[in-house]
Amino acid sequence: MGFRMFDGLLTITVFLPAAVALLVTLFARGENADQQIRWISIGATVVTFVLSVLVFVGYDQSVGGIQMIDHFERWIPIDALRSSYLLGVDGLSAPLVLLTGILGMAAALGSWRIKKRVREYFLWLLLLETAVFGVFVSLDLLLFFIFFEFELIPMFMLIAIWGSGRPRYSAMKFVLFTLAGGAFMLVAILAIYVTPDVNTLAMVSIPELGITGIPELMAGADLAAPAALIFGFFFIAFAVKLPLWPVHSWLPDAHTDAPTAVSVMLAGVLLKMAGYGLLRINLGFFQETQGFTIHDVAGAMSIVAAISVVYGGIITIRQTDMKRLIAYSSVSHMGFVMLGVAAVGSSAAETSAGGLNGAALQMFTHGTITGLAFLMVGLSYDRTHTRHIPHLGGLWKKMPLIAIFFLIAGFGSLGLPALSGFVAEIMVFLGTFSVWPWATGVAAFGVVLAAGYTLWMVQRVFFGERPASPGLSDEVYDNLTDANWVDMIPVIALAAPIFIVGIWPSVVTDMFDLGIQAVLR
Amino acid sequence: MITEGLAWLIIALPIAAMLVNGVLVRAFVGSNSKYAGYITVAAIGGSFVLSLMTLATVMSDGPLHVDTHDWITIGGLNLTFGLMVDQLTSIMLVVVSGVSLLVQIYGQAYMHGDKSYTRYFTYMALFTASMLGLVLSGNLIQIFVFWELVGVSSYLLIGFWMDRPTAAAAAKKAFLMTRFGDFGFLLGILYLYSQNSSYMDISTLYHEIEAGHIAVGVATWVSLGLLAGAIGKSAQFPLHNWLPDAMEGPTSVSALIHSATMVTAGVFLVARFFPLFEHSDAMTLVALVGGFTAVFAATMGLVANDIKRVLAYSTVSQLGYMMLALGVGAYAPAIFHLFTHAFFKAALFLGAGSVHHASGTFNMNYMGGLKKHMPRTYWGMVIASLSLAGLFPFSGFWSKDEILGHAAHVGTTTGNIVLALGLIAALMTAFYMFRAVFLTFHGEWKGGGEQEIEDAEKAGEPLPVGSAHSHFGESPWLMVGPIMLLAVLAIGIGFFSNPLVDIGGIDKHAFAHYVTHNHEVFPTSEAAKHAGSSPELNVPIAVISTVLAIAGIGLAYLMYIKGSISPQAMGARFQPLYNLMFRKYYFDEMYENVVVRKGFYKYVADALRWFDEHWIDNANVHLSNWVSRIGKSGALVQNGQTQTYAVGMVVGVVAVVAAFLLWG
Repeated sequence: MGFRMFDGLLTITVFLPAAVALLVTLFARGENADQQIRWISIGATVVTFVLSVLVFVGYDQSVGGIQMIDHFERWIPIDALRSSYLLGVDGLSAPLVLLTGILGMAAALGSWRIKKRVREYFLWLLLLETAVFGVFVSLDLLLFFIFFEFELIPMFMLIAIWGSGRPRYSAMKFVLFTLAGGAFMLVAILAIYVTPDVNTLAMVSIPELGITGIPELMAGADLAAPAALIFGFFFIAFAVKLPLWPVHSWLPDAHTDAPTAVSVMLAGVLLKMAGYGLLRINLGFFQETQGFTIHDVAGAMSIVAAISVVYGGIITIRQTDMKRLIAYSSVSHMGFVMLGVAAVGSSAAETSAGGLNGAALQMFTHGTITGLAFLMVGLSYDRTHTRHIPHLGGLWKKMPLIAIFFLIAGFGSLGLPALSGFVAEIMVFLGTFSVWPWATGVAAFGVVLAAGYTLWMVQRVFFGERPASPGLSDEVYDNLTDANWVDMIPVIALAAPIFIVGIWPSVVTDMFDLGIQAVLR
Repeated sequence: MITEGLAWLIIALPIAAMLVNGVLVRAFVGSNSKYAGYITVAAIGGSFVLSLMTLATVMSDGPLHVDTHDWITIGGLNLTFGLMVDQLTSIMLVVVSGVSLLVQIYGQAYMHGDKSYTRYFTYMALFTASMLGLVLSGNLIQIFVFWELVGVSSYLLIGFWMDRPTAAAAAKKAFLMTRFGDFGFLLGILYLYSQNSSYMDISTLYHEIEAGHIAVGVATWVSLGLLAGAIGKSAQFPLHNWLPDAMEGPTSVSALIHSATMVTAGVFLVARFFPLFEHSDAMTLVALVGGFTAVFAATMGLVANDIKRVLAYSTVSQLGYMMLALGVGAYAPAIFHLFTHAFFKAALFLGAGSVHHASGTFNMNYMGGLKKHMPRTYWGMVIASLSLAGLFPFSGFWSKDEILGHAAHVGTTTGNIVLALGLIAALMTAFYMFRAVFLTFHGEWKGGGEQEIEDAEKAGEPLPVGSAHSHFGESPWLMVGPIMLLAVLAIGIGFFSNPLVDIGGIDKHAFAHYVTHNHEVFPTSEAAKHAGSSPELNVPIAVISTVLAIAGIGLAYLMYIKGSISPQAMGARFQPLYNLMFRKYYFDEMYENVVVRKGFYKYVADALRWFDEHWIDNANVHLSNWVSRIGKSGALVQNGQTQTYAVGMVVGVVAVVAAFLLWG
């Protein structure tokens, strides 16, 4: 018991948003309380962003492994529980920590116009950020699970209270889906926990602490339940969250009804928790298990992935609500993550690394690109008060900056080279094609579909002319204003990594590769 | 003379111009700043000078050896980037940067006063940079990168006046249709990569093909994929119908798209992978697609009334010529035709812009008699038209004749078929070009843009695109100068770059020798000869094609000047055929209404959407309700009310923390 290693940076990064949120909620008083809360909260996310950059930059690639460890044994003082407070980053999680820092800041900055119940809003938003950080840096399975589930509470509140449309229905649907998935995960965790050979909850091995992690212990061990079952239960939890066809239907509702900043967080980082889980747990734990390994189902994964990509893409084309459209496009894009993971079916580890790295990068790029898309829709919606595409048109003339950055997000989403989406997609395709040529070939059609729905939306909303009726009223249309500089800060924060990674991908891919290679062992 | 760094600068200069214009000039000077034009012209001028240096270097020293650099290096995935500076590249560089430079100079006047003048020159710089990057690329992935960037910049430029719904639609159509081709291109890349990742490097690929390491089956599938990309980009049948709509952009953009950039990218791609195509079984398909498109597009050009559309169809048709040439193995003639075509087609488009400047319309039915008002434009366009029609001794004659001669020479069935198609296309080309010249410049003035607007209002139809007030007179020098310069090239560049005999300082067949003098592509002199390194003038073919061209011009003269054959009567007599061609064989209707709306939207997308909402969503909801019911009966705190659950969770966490603090 007690600290065995404490670097501190990760603990601070994780809990700073929550701590600030609680303090501000309790102590901000007076007439200007809302204003104080708003700016202090935003300030907290900016500081957290800086911390996440420090994590990313501070990770020493020449050393590799798990770094910045915070280890406190038996943080729940029940010996039998064997759970410890174990935080750390490796090449896989460090870029996702950075992503969370960027999106947390963008989401908070993008919320500066919120007027309703400001105090609670920022409390939940910051708690959400803490939860997501926690998922990415927890290396103890129980701790991971707690953060994974905790995120539901702020999400439920944010959608149900600040949402539009049918917020309660959507929030409930979101919670029930994730909860159902979480139940499966809990069972899977229990199965690992009760296996005598696996006497730890550490998700990775850390030699310098003398910790042998689950992946090594599970290799060849007699598990308390069939490996296929445990794998399946984890997989269900992550498939719901990713989301994968056919358990995706919570996503369009949640996105459509959530406030802008929450959509940004949801698409930007929450879905990535699932992709991260797939890589860390489904891939990390089940490579040498008895009776069943991840390689056995790689083919099935590639098929589900291809269905997700094409099915999601086709349905996206027929959407008329801007947010719903982007939400469905996420189903399509997250299919690429699955497809990249399916590359593990290759007999050569060399080959699978390409697809797996593509999957990891796709998570990062989708976070920034779709986050930006939701942010731009939000900015446009704030002004026009509608997201119904047939009612819109000719907005470029009135708000060129919003249009340009929406177009950048759109091009990122359809895989335009020089933007990061292309790099991730080509890596997934190149990595997976030699393993699953047919599934990859079918999924590659997703890029044509993406061009279809993206350009269609751009054409209807920003190009052309304002529809005669029943479009925007003259009063609304004439008074439309472009984004101001405050609006532009989060926009730039999200657009910059899209270009940087698009042109110079190795800034992230080298890091991911370290993590992937370690997971692949 | 040229080094790798300078070669990179060819791309970097226009990219820098784009960034400076798009960010600095736009933000700090204005959206209508004359400096934007200067910056782009200066940058592309710099690229042009460097391109000439590249040409000179490659002419004297052969291809430049350039190292590759790592782009992504992880596990089993190693993607590089690098340049390829060989004969083909050097020719393309000069054509692209040269034509682009003239178009930019022209644009200073043509776009004068447009409120988005800065944006225009920003996009133009990106467009030029992308195309230069494409021709300089040393590996397949990099080609794909620039290929897509060419696509996106053309999207932006075709949709430049995006508040016009037709322009927005045309831009989307161009991008989407080429994306269909790109899907095939991508699959080709993936298949080749799955064979061996080192094949992405083009030099390596050349060596492996020569060494016989690549199976014919592999080469065929990859070639088919690349061909799909080329068909999309070069607007070949059946992905041809985006190009005429692409006229919605500024005319100067059309000039660049149709002459040097964008559409030539497809032909360039096939030329770049010529050894792979030759190694495959796909060559016949290349030839037939090209030959068919050459005639097919020309028929639509016969009846179009919009001068830019006539030129667009002629571009599609001429690209078909280049494709058919590559398909019969006529590598040098294909590149030669690409080279000559770039100049006379640019002249024609710039001329059309100049005509529009004066007449206020693109509809030839409202023009007429412009010859006396704008003699320089007139002569420029006549010369370019003669060149396009392939009349001796204009540039087009030499390149077209080489292609036809080569097709005759190979003597296969395919060769004979495409020869016949080429000759038919030659007749049609001469006819429609002179129909355009006569309708535009000869006869009576028919009212121009004002008349067109009046008629449209009378008929209650939407205002035609590009209608404006007419003002007679020659266009400014910034516009006429480039046209005249291009006309001079349209006269002489064909003969003087690739003469039949040695003429002072220029060797016989200099051009053909130069482009085939690449040992990586053509390892033996036999291979080079086969690819047309020393073309012979095939006199019977030359005579036949010249006669056909003169016949076409003569027919146009009889119909549109003498009036001895009435076009209306002809149209009425062949009404069904006329309608078929005038309505573009109903391809737009077929794609948009039948394939997309009825087929895809109704039977695929809407059906799936219905399935998603009624089955998947319902099943999901039932499933989760079921889970929550289990939760209700199984656990006290989990009574289905999420709020309670949330409270329970918080209480639990607090309790754990408290316990920890108390007993820790």
